[in-house]
Order: sequence, then C-alpha cells, then structure tokens
Amino acid sequence: MYWEPHLETMPRARLRELQRQRLQATLQRAAASAYYQRMFQEAGVAADRIEGLEDLRRLPFTTKQHLREGYPFEFLTIRKEDVVRLHSSSGTTGQATVVCHNAHDLAMWANLIARCMYMTGARPADVFQNMTGYGMFTGGLGFHYGAERLGMLTVPAGAGNSKRQIKFMQDFGTTILHAIPSYALHLLSVFEETGVDPKRDLRLKIAYLGAEPYSEHTRRRVEAGLGAKVFNSYGLSEMSGPGVAFECPEQNGMHIWEDAYLVEVLNPTTLEPVPDGEEGELVLTTLDREAMPLIRYRTRDLTAILPGACPCGRTHKRIARIKGRSDDMFIIKGVNVFPMQVETLLMSVPEVGRNYRILLENEGPMDTMTVQVEVQHEFFRGDIKGVKALQQRITAALKGELLFTPKVALVEPDSLPKSEGKAVRVVDRRRKE
Amino acid sequence: MIAYQLSVFAENRPGRLDHITGVLAQANINIRAIKISDLGEHGVVKMLVDDPGSAYRALKQAGLLVSQKEIVAVAVEDRPGGLHDVLQILTRQRVNVEDSYGFVLRDRAVLVIEVADVAETMVLLKAAGLHLLSKQEIYAL
Repeated sequence: MYWEPHLETMPRARLRELQRQRLQATLQRAAASAYYQRMFQEAGVAADRIEGLEDLRRLPFTTKQHLREGYPFEFLTIRKEDVVRLHSSSGTTGQATVVCHNAHDLAMWANLIARCMYMTGARPADVFQNMTGYGMFTGGLGFHYGAERLGMLTVPAGAGNSKRQIKFMQDFGTTILHAIPSYALHLLSVFEETGVDPKRDLRLKIAYLGAEPYSEHTRRRVEAGLGAKVFNSYGLSEMSGPGVAFECPEQNGMHIWEDAYLVEVLNPTTLEPVPDGEEGELVLTTLDREAMPLIRYRTRDLTAILPGACPCGRTHKRIARIKGRSDDMFIIKGVNVFPMQVETLLMSVPEVGRNYRILLENEGPMDTMTVQVEVQHEFFRGDIKGVKALQQRITAALKGELLFTPKVALVEPDSLPKSEGKAVRVVDRRRKE
Repeated sequence: MIAYQLSVFAENRPGRLDHITGVLAQANINIRAIKISDLGEHGVVKMLVDDPGSAYRALKQAGLLVSQKEIVAVAVEDRPGGLHDVLQILTRQRVNVEDSYGFVLRDRAVLVIEVADVAETMVLLKAAGLHLLSKQEIYAL
C-alpha cells in the first residue's frame, strides 16, 4: 500500500532531520544561482549560516514576480548545458516564467507522482489515460512520466476530442484517468449524448482531478457519473507541477510530501505562521531539486494544515482542499469573493448544469456581478414560472453566501464556452482605473 | 387524445429565436401558433406544431432545452364576446389559467390554455357545451 514505506511513514522526528539536511544542501545550491546570490546578499543572510528549520524565517520570500525578473535562466544553479527540460508558465497575467530541470529533478518528480498514484490504488496492471494537455502544461507530462514510472500502460490521449477519448476507454480498457475538473464535467455530458454509461460499459476505478480548484460537490458529481473514485491532486508549475500533495484513500486532505517540500502556512497579510487548522497562504521550499531550487516560494494558494494523524499511516502532513488563490479573489461591492465559493453553491443545486461563468461589469457607476448558469435538460418543465423560481432560488443562495444580490442569468445548455483547457470562470469587464 | 405544445427555453439575445425556427424548418415542421414569454434575460417560446414528436426530437438533438406540455384547445366563436364566454365558464368552474394564447386560423378562432389538471378541465368545458379541438384537429389546423 506504500510506494516508499520508509519515506511515507517516517517518524516525524526523523522526517524533520531529513528536512534539515536537505534544506542546508538546497541553500548551498541556491547560492550558486545568480538570482539567489544577489537576493541573499541584499537580505544580509549567509546560506551556510542557516542551520535549523527555525532559521528559515530569516530568509526572504520568492514570488512569481521574482521568477519573472529572473527569466529565463537566472535561477539556474547548473550549466544550461546540463538542463534537460524546461516548462514555461502561460504568462497570461504578464511575463512568462520558466522552471528548469536536470535528469535528477525529472526522476524525482516522476517518482513523487508515482507515489501519489500508488497511494490511491494504482498498480502496474492498470491502464492510465492521460486526458490533459501535454506541452508546457505540467499536468500532462508530469502524470505521464509518473504513470510510466509506476509501470502502468499509459495512454497519452491529451486534451479534447471527447468521443475519441471514450472510444479509447472502451478499446483499451482504461481503469484510471486524469483530467482537469471542468473537462471531467464536460465529459459527463458527452457520455450522456453518446449513450455510453461509464458504470456499465467501462472499467474505470479511479479519476485524478487537479490544476483547477473544485468543490466537494463537483467531486461527488464526477464520482457518481463515472462510477469511479475521484482523488484530489495539488501542484503548481513552480514546484515542478502535480505531485506536491495528493489525497490518500481516506479522501480527507492531501498529504504534502515533506521529504521534497518544506511547508509553511502563513497569514497572507502579516506573513506570520498560522497554527494548524487555520487558513493561510501556502509557502513552499523545494528540498530535492537541483537545477532550480526555490526558497520560500509564495504559492498564493489558500489552505490549512489538517491537525492530527491520518489513519492511512503516512506521517506527512495533510493540507485542506485549496480554497482559492489569494490572487484569483475579486472584490465587488466591497466584498471579497472567491470563485470557489460561487461554485460550491451552484453545484449544490441539482438543476444547475456543469458549466458556469461569472461576469463582472459596470452599470453606470456601479459594479455588477452576473452569474451565468447552464440549466440541466431534465429540469426544464416548459413553464416560465419554474424557470423564474429556479433563478430566484439560485439568487437567494448566492446572496446568503456573498451578502449582496448578484444577477443570475440562466443560459441554454452548452452555450458557455467549453473548457477543454483550463476553464475561464471569471470574466472581468469592468473599467480599469 | 390530449394535445401537446412545445416549450423551448431561449436566451434573450439576437439569433436565438431564429435558431429555433431554423431547426424546425430543417425538420420540415409547420408551426401553427407561437407565443413568447419574456423574462428579461431569457424567455420561454411556446409553440403548437403539426408534429410535436418529431419537433421535440429535432430541438433536443440541436441541444435546446425543450419540454412537451399538455394543453387544452377550445374552439371560440369568431365574434365579439366569444372569448369572454369561454373565460366566464372557466371562472365559474374555478379553473385557474396558468397561461393562455389565442389565434385565428382561416375561419376558426382557437384559445389555447394551460391548466394544472388538463383532463378535468376538458370534462368541465365539454359539459358546458364547448367544442374542444382533438389532437388531430389541432395538428391539422
């Protein structure tokens, strides 16, 4: 049941000692990069004077902005000739960033993902269909190499072309699949259209969903639709990609691999640590990456450490489902809103379809928020009263959560842009100052 | 025996109605009557067609939200007060009309009504001496 029993169940004291050794080695390495050399100098810290984990807090943070400034190779600790792969972020919100890997880094990363998948019950006899985009998106290649490392028959299907995906599942006897949550929801409607019942016609047992935050309701909906267990996956391209934290069979929080990442959860405003169980921003330090170690990287992801030991026997801490990113939050009518809050509510209304979108607009001097919701076929009774009642019910539910009244626009099924890549859930058309 | 109307959910933006009628034209469906209820950003389009079954399948196939609903169609005398006579009967029998529309086709005036209990309303209206259009009569209008 464990991929690496000695590491996964290592007593906390020994795990901390391993972390201390690896942190020291990581800092020494980092000091060899142009960027950290400068950063350490400016902060007045000497990498070799950082001894214990408690000294970590004397080190400066690394942010996305720093990665942009160091683009493309200033964070390298090795010669460019020894880099074997890089992944670049999309750069939709500005200058792109890159993460470089040497052979050790790629092997380490693949091993972590194999560990995650093995933990959920994946075995070499399984057939793994990887339905995410390949290329620069780390989820594609990350899971691909992890699955091969585990020894599964790996089908590099890529994203999109849902009917062909379903044919692959039938022909190859797919037992495990990986997709981003919005695509998994889309796939459920394609199953309906094509008349293939996954529970009757397929052999799926596990699905991995990650890369976008999604609610527990979405998970249960996908589980019910596929007849498979859905496991939460967490990662980010700066930390190589998926494989940072993953759910075990308990499906109660994600074990974050502390032999590879040093975990801090900080109050995003004061940057002081918060106690276990309390929500804050996840800050990570790589402990086993050579080409491009990152020190105290601010992920902007909001989560909490779940207190207590996990019944599965793994000693690595668990983080709660990501609540949102401190930077995908938007402010409207003075209220901080996370798209996740809206999704959680929508998915608890059975009449609501699989797709939704939040529009932020100006109406005169006022900001308005419109939630566009697709209505499910089976709930349309043909009367205007029922439609109106549904609209009012959704509005009331959202108002209860957000404390202001958003507009709710019911839209025709499949009329919102389909998500075969990362779904765009928030469209902000407000005037910028 | 009981006739059906089709109700289609449509967003209130240019081209949506055109999309619906396009699907029906493609499927060779003849529309006898149409009514649009508007609710701001979206509405419901109600239609009487000559072949509701095929029309339902075609619209569903096209990805539209569509449902079939039983209705009562009453023949109304095409003269002043004709509609009033029918409504008075409904009021007397305490039947609540949920939605209704009328049309005149050639020499016939027809009132379409949506009620909670279609079968019972039909009995009441027949007993009052009104002519109810049969399924065949409606579809063949």
